[in-house]
This record gives sequence, structure tokens and C-alpha cells, in this order.
Amino acid sequence: MPTLLSWGRHPQTPQTPTPCHWPDDLSRGLADLQRQGRTTLAYGAGLSYGDSGLAASDHVLHTIGLDRFIAADWQTGRVTAQAGVTFEQMLSVSIPRGWYLPVSPGTKYVTLGGAIANDVHGKNHHRHGTLGRHIVRLGLRRSDRAPLVCSATDETALFRATIGGLGLTGLIEWAEVKLMPIRSSRIRSVTQRFDTLDEFFALSATLDLQHEFCVSWIDCGAAGRSLGRGVYMAGDFADEGPLEVAHPRRLTMPVTPPVSLVNRATVRAFNALYWRHATRTPTVRTGSYAPFFYPLDSVLQWNRIYGPAGFQQYQCVIPEASARDGIAALLREIAASGLGSPLAVLKRCSDLASPGLLSFPMAGTTLALDFPHSDRLTHDLFPRLDAVVRNAGGRLYPAKDAHMSARDFQDSYPAWTAVEALRDPQLLSRFWQRVTR
Amino acid sequence: MTRILLVGASSAIAAACARRWAADGAQLMLVGRDADKLEAIARDLTVRGAASVSTFVLDALDTPRHAEMLAAAVHTLGTIDIALIAHGTLPNQQACQLDVSQTLRELASNATSVIALLTLLATHLEGQQHGSLAVITSVAGDRGRPSNYVYGSAKAAVSTFCEGLRPRLFKAGVSLTDIRPGFVNTPMTAGLPLPAMLVAEPDTVATRIVHGIARKRDVLYVPAFWAIILLIVRLLPRPLFKRLSC
Repeated sequence: MPTLLSWGRHPQTPQTPTPCHWPDDLSRGLADLQRQGRTTLAYGAGLSYGDSGLAASDHVLHTIGLDRFIAADWQTGRVTAQAGVTFEQMLSVSIPRGWYLPVSPGTKYVTLGGAIANDVHGKNHHRHGTLGRHIVRLGLRRSDRAPLVCSATDETALFRATIGGLGLTGLIEWAEVKLMPIRSSRIRSVTQRFDTLDEFFALSATLDLQHEFCVSWIDCGAAGRSLGRGVYMAGDFADEGPLEVAHPRRLTMPVTPPVSLVNRATVRAFNALYWRHATRTPTVRTGSYAPFFYPLDSVLQWNRIYGPAGFQQYQCVIPEASARDGIAALLREIAASGLGSPLAVLKRCSDLASPGLLSFPMAGTTLALDFPHSDRLTHDLFPRLDAVVRNAGGRLYPAKDAHMSARDFQDSYPAWTAVEALRDPQLLSRFWQRVTR
Repeated sequence: MTRILLVGASSAIAAACARRWAADGAQLMLVGRDADKLEAIARDLTVRGAASVSTFVLDALDTPRHAEMLAAAVHTLGTIDIALIAHGTLPNQQACQLDVSQTLRELASNATSVIALLTLLATHLEGQQHGSLAVITSVAGDRGRPSNYVYGSAKAAVSTFCEGLRPRLFKAGVSLTDIRPGFVNTPMTAGLPLPAMLVAEPDTVATRIVHGIARKRDVLYVPAFWAIILLIVRLLPRPLFKRLSC
């Protein structure tokens, strides 16, 4: 049977899957592995970048087959579905009926269970917060209890530990989510480039208030006077237009090239072109939701472009007060290293609190960027970036992580002990093993 | 609104087809052994847009109850526009070679129970003078191979039965589609050492099946490239073929 890796293909610890298609397969899978003296972890779409989705035992329960809807109320926009239902499936059903996911990350291929376990956020964090705020109830299967239902009123502690709980508090079997109404599936977007980091903060301070969705692309190679230049993108669902599920043509990266196609030269060329392509004055256009929310979904398995060594994403959030200086310091380190890739994203997050104990966002600014994996990254650049984040009072995103130290994790997520206390003893990830030492 | 009867509805391929029909607002009746699974699929199809979904619990080996199932389908659906027979098992060839009763059981679940249902449904659709009958066989039925000739011969029996039945139904305006999937990534094939390049997803397979039934195709290899592979397999001369161990 083919083995599985994480999205970043680093660390390269292949996972042996037990396919789960029905809820009882979860309990059976847990019991079978328990008998073999093994812990395990749910593996859905495999889109976590680092090792948070990899089992410490390297034996996962593959839950993508739990992909059935359970109920929907199109009057109130509440949908209940099994954990393996992807956001793509959810949208294909909800858009024609005038509903959209209240929170959506940068890919629609994530599963509902994975999205809850990582308490994902999206371009509207400043309005809607994380996904966890929109989860009404969820069903858990644990090795030490009968199947149970958690919500803000029942099994509250487990509910809060499960949202953003990295799949450790039980196997998420199903969840009920509150959708948001839309009048059209088209997005009216505004794009505008900025020359400096200060300009980004100025744009964000005014335009974030006016738009539902905001995100910026940033040229991570630009240094000196150009440091922090990028392109600001904002959007809102149009008031009028069709309710259409997008079926864009999709390409697949067919093979893994022997070396990474992302290197200093290609990044510099791409970034300069992309930045220049955007105009200084706002460009307004209206188009489908898909390219606006999920530009990378148009190339399946794009993670292969980084070659056999894979890549790592660095995503941190820096609190409001130190955001300007912290982000500038990070960008200076990255530009000086000459590493980095065209996929660099900057976004302001709000103080809307999540019920989740280990939720990543906080009021401040988040920076995310991809790097081809190399030893220099792990031993030189990342420790420098970690020091900046630490001094600024920020933290890293477990869903993207393959490197953070136990100390940084425990300092920046003090509630980890509460999650550890509620962890199902049969569930353990490589990430958790690494950061709770 | 299309009215559809699905036997073996919890099989991965049938369920994937059902999702497509549900999204188009079809009315469905699901037949299968496991009431809980049927209920879960029915709920899923309802959210996906099915006009209505009913279920009927039946073990396909229980031939005397087939007529009762058909009566329930007629009662619920009225006219049947599409009937798809999709139940089946994947025998362990090695075990069958050592156990006659197991071989006969596999032939019952993959051949005789299917033929019993085809007989019943064919006569009903012929009487309606309308409808599309479809059955999932396999590329394995095209030529017996040492690694799975119990499965292959059961599927071949159904395909040959269809060859003879099709002209009869044609005269009544009823189509009969013999669907021959290659390797599909389903619970039935989980754990088999299949060549990854040749394994299709149920969703991909379902697109072609739903389209093929709508176009009243006679024989449908899914994915299409299997038609070429099987043409070559059938053309291999017997003196060579018997020396192979596939």
C-alpha cells in the first residue's frame, strides 16, 4: 500500500495508512493499533505542512473516506458532515443554495476535520476570526470512551481542546458548521501595490475596515529601500451575480524534479515581474471566488516543484505593538539569506478570540512563506527568525511547522498542558512528541 | 426528475454514481445489506440535492426476496428510469482453490445473484418499454487469469448473459450497459498490491459511468484505456498466455 507524507514532504517519514470509510472503522482502527501497542493519528487530506499531521508511530488512520454529509438546513445555513468532507465538496453543495464557508484557508482541499484540528483562519480573520468560532458541535471517537458529542455547552473542556487541538483529543468523526450567506459567488476585488512595509500597514489600517477579505503578497527578496514591497488584495462577495460552483481547469505537477525549481534566480525573476504587474493605483475587477481564494489550487501537487528534499513553510504571528518592527526584522533576515520563495503572504489578524485552546492567530500581523528545505534553513535562518519572533512576543503556527523548539512552543502556547491532560492516550503526533519533551 | 434503483448502493462506485445523480435532483432507492450504511448514504445524497432517497435492506443472495424489493421500488419510484446493479465481492483466489464451498459462494455473490436480478429487472423494464439497465462487471471477465479466475469467470458469466439479453431489451427501447471497471481505489481493493499508475478514483470512474448510461452505451470500459489493454490481453495466443503468471 502506498505510504503518505506531509504536504511539505519534510520530514520524510512515510506514514502507513489504515483506510477508514465508515465511523466504526475509526474505533476499529484505534483498537487494532492499540492491540499492536501503537499510537496513531487521523490523516485527512495531508495538507499540514510539517509533522503535526504525522503519527509518532508512523501508522495513521486515513479518514478522507469519511466524506458524507449528514444533514443540512438551508434556511439557517447549518451543515453537519463527516470529518473527511473537503471544503471543495462543502462549497459545491452550499454555493448554489447561497451559502459559503464562514472561514476558508488558502486551499479548498482541506477536510473539515483537519480544518477544525488546526483551527484554520482565512482572509477574513479580521471579521470572522477562526473556523472554531463557527463550529456548533462535533462528534469525537476516543479510545477510552464511548462516542461523544462536544459543544460550547456539552463537554466544553474537550470541545475547546479539540478546536486547534491538532487531532490529539480524539478522532473527529463529524462536525456541524454555521455557514455565511452570500448573494453571488463572484468576488469584487481591489488590487494595489505598495512600495514599503509602512505603506502596507497604512493600506491595511484603512482598507481592512472596508473589506471582508484582505491579504497581501510580499516580495521576500526585496531589500534596502524596497524592503517590504508587495501587492495588497482585498475583496468582497458581489451583491449581484450568479451562484456558480467554479470548475476551473486544473493542471497537475506530473513529476518531482530532481532539484528544486525554486531558487534564488527564479524567485527574484518571478517576484520582480509579479510586483511590476500590479499597479500603484487600485485595480478593481469582479470574478469567480476560486482564483481569489484558492490561486494555488489550480496546480495540483504543486508541492513537487521543491524537488525531492521538500520544503518548509514559516508562518508566525507578531502582536500588534511590535508588528511593524518585528516583520521588518524578519524580512531583513530573509532578504539577507537569499532563501525564500515567491509564496510569501502578509495579513493582519484581529483580536476575535477562538474557543480553541491552541488557536494560532492573535491580534497582530502574520507572515507566511515557503522555503525549499536545506540544512542552512534549519541551522541558520530559522533560528534567527525564531529569535525575532520570540523577542517580539509572537508565535509559530503548528500546522505549518517542522522545526520549532519545545521551549518556544511551551512558552507561546501555555494552554498546551490542558490539551495534554485531555489527549487521547492512543493519539500522538510526531509534532507533539517533539514539542512536549 | 430521474428515478433510479441502485442495488449494492454502499459499494464505492455505486455511491459515487449516486452522488452525481443526486446533484441533478434524482429520486433514488438504495438497496444493500447494511441498514446503517444505507441510511448514512441516504442522508448524504439528500444534502447533495436528491429529490428523495429511500432504502431497502436486502442481501442479494436472498433470491426469493428480490421480487419484494422490486415491488417496493415500483411502489416508491413508480417508473424506473435507471437500474444499476453494483454489488459484488473480491474473492481470495488462493482460498477458493482449496475450498469448493467458498468458490460457489463467490460465484453466487458475483454471478448468479446478479443474473437473478438482471432477469427480474429486464422483464420489468421491458414491460415499461422504457429505462436503462446497467450492471458492474469487470475487465477481469474478459479473460480468465491464474490470479483471479473465480472472480473473472463470475464476471464473464454476467457479461455473456448481457450479450444475449441486450438485443431482447433493445426491441423494447431499453438499454443494457455492461460496465467493466479496471482497478479502482475502493475498500474492496484496499490492501492489494496494484500498480498505482493504473488505479482510478471512484469519482473519476463514476463520471464515465453516469455519462455512459445516459448515452445508452452497450459496453463501457472504465477508465477507457482498459479497452486497449484488454484487447491486447485477449489477443495473446494461448500457448504464450498459459506460460504467464498474471
